[in-house]
Amino acid sequence: MKKTLFDKVWDAHVVEQVDGGPNALYIDRHFIHEVTSPVAFGGLEKRGLKVFRPEKTTATPDHNIPTINQHLPIADQLSQNQVDTLTANCEKHGINLYGLNHKWNGIVHVIGPELGLTTPGMTIVCGDSHTSTHGAFGAIAFGIGTSEVEMVLASQCILQPKPKKMLITVNGDLKPGVTSKDIVLYIISKISTSGGTGHFIEFAGDTIEKLSMEARMTICNMSIECGARGGMIAPDETTFEYVKDREFSPQGEEWDKAVAYWKTLKTDEGAVFDTEYHYDAADIEPMITYGTNPGMGMKVTETVPTGEELKGNDKVSFDKSLDYMGLEGGKAIEGKAIDYVFVGSCTNGRIEDLRSFAQFVKGKKKAEDVVAWIVPGSKQVEKQAIEEGLVTILEEAGFVMRQPGCSACLAMNDDKVPAGKYAVSTSNRNFEGRQGPGARTMLASPLVAAAAAITGKITDPRDLL
Amino acid sequence: MPIDKFKKIQTPAVPLPIENVDTDQIIPARFLKAVERKGFGDNLFRDWRYNKKDEPIVDFVLNQSKFSGQILVGGKNFGSGSSREHAAWSIYDYGFRVVVSSFFADIFKGNALNNGLLPVQVSEEFLEEVFAQIEKDPTSTFSVDLVEQTFVIDATGSSFSFEINSYKKQCLLNGYDDIDFLVSRHEKIAAYEEQ
Ligand code: SF4
Repeated sequence: MKKTLFDKVWDAHVVEQVDGGPNALYIDRHFIHEVTSPVAFGGLEKRGLKVFRPEKTTATPDHNIPTINQHLPIADQLSQNQVDTLTANCEKHGINLYGLNHKWNGIVHVIGPELGLTTPGMTIVCGDSHTSTHGAFGAIAFGIGTSEVEMVLASQCILQPKPKKMLITVNGDLKPGVTSKDIVLYIISKISTSGGTGHFIEFAGDTIEKLSMEARMTICNMSIECGARGGMIAPDETTFEYVKDREFSPQGEEWDKAVAYWKTLKTDEGAVFDTEYHYDAADIEPMITYGTNPGMGMKVTETVPTGEELKGNDKVSFDKSLDYMGLEGGKAIEGKAIDYVFVGSCTNGRIEDLRSFAQFVKGKKKAEDVVAWIVPGSKQVEKQAIEEGLVTILEEAGFVMRQPGCSACLAMNDDKVPAGKYAVSTSNRNFEGRQGPGARTMLASPLVAAAAAITGKITDPRDLL
Repeated sequence: MPIDKFKKIQTPAVPLPIENVDTDQIIPARFLKAVERKGFGDNLFRDWRYNKKDEPIVDFVLNQSKFSGQILVGGKNFGSGSSREHAAWSIYDYGFRVVVSSFFADIFKGNALNNGLLPVQVSEEFLEEVFAQIEKDPTSTFSVDLVEQTFVIDATGSSFSFEINSYKKQCLLNGYDDIDFLVSRHEKIAAYEEQ
């Protein structure tokens, strides 16, 4: 049987094919955070169970923490309570926790790879849908619900039916100013937010192979925005290079053994996928979203679609979406004035993202009316940004870097975009109210965000390169 | 929480011959704020059961003393709407153990099974027979046997063989949910880890 990358990793983790039911899948790595874990621990307690394999779970508070003054108690009582509950649960069950101000604290999907907790061939879950990020390493990684968090705590396994397989290839050279965020926004705009439903995606092709690990993570991160369970990329030298010598990555002899295995993790010639899509890198340009789901994306240089080909309910929701965004079909989006810029999240809050943003704004000045939140994805990213002098560049251009956390990605803390205001955001969701009630989110790459922060308007970053 | 073991039951049934009973009717959204799974039975079909002044609406089946039992018989497409697990909780907490319909919404069916509530899907003709029997005599009983996968109208002896996923059948019979199932596999899981 010819196998895909996905088959190889999945099959290696099936503990039991349940009769007439799903697979019991073994989980190598479980990440938890303050928001979706308390009820799961509560359930465990009621059953009188211990955590089955505490060493395989790692915890970090990230979702609702403030991004300033992290040394002070959290002003919001409910947030503080969730963080305290996480701390207490971890202490009680012997789970590694990287709490606020710990040098390894950060957004769960940023710290996993950073610490070498994420390696090729693993199965990884977390009570957060963007767990798909870790698929960039050739791991099967997906988000789970609270009752499933309880399953993993109780048994290190999860009951899952095997999804269908999808292959998406991108080949050719990317144009200057085009990043991996543009690739994934382009793909979602083509296949829509439901195009991947029921599938696990493998991204391949020479364009993908040439990407850095950070860039690959951005693509896998957003794979779930097209409805897929997750996305993955076959591990290669770029992957091994990234994983090597990290805090928890295998060392010495273990390392050699691991790499030998990881090298087998690729789709066999002739293996069959249920669905395939193929794209040409030359067709991709800097992208931005104009609507209220990530599938509503367009080239920065295009005019906003009119949706005239749509019918019935589809047209109604399209119009409703443009109305919410205060945009008009048929008009250019370039030149549209914006109010906020958010650079951060598990999509684009890594060091490479801060580098590209800083490089772009170097020697320029932030537009006066724009409020910019530059939020590193983790303490380590923050430290590196300081050491590399990025923070100085940012400050000279009129930006301040905040402290790590999910921040305006889901606006559970105080980083909320006010109603009616426009935000160019490097995060992953532009749903109504995602960045605050009434907030108008436009998803884009760090470069497009940088151009907007400098000019105060939607701008093709290539005009300023 | 672990679920109760499903035992063979013989009880009268409560008829709700309405199609597309959706989860918003089963448990209105305003009752979802609770953090614990408690008291949902009181709010089952809240807006059909009580008027704005919180007085029982006498016509509604749950308010009619002639109807009783652990079986709820609903019309086609029962449980459509949202994925709220609260819908299954409220039916269960009210005291029902079986819901009968000629078609169930997918997510509701899964949620019911995960919470010890047995969804029995029967043919449209058989469903009519059941409704007719209750109308004729509300005290007449029905027997549900999960091992045999049969639903019997005791008065007439008419029987229907229903389908159920074999894994879920075992879970219900043993009072397991997915977590109990996985915990019961600890040895197997440990053996897997050894490989
Ligand atoms: S940054 Fe956003 S998407 Fe990522 S983990 Fe946090 S809330 Fe979820």
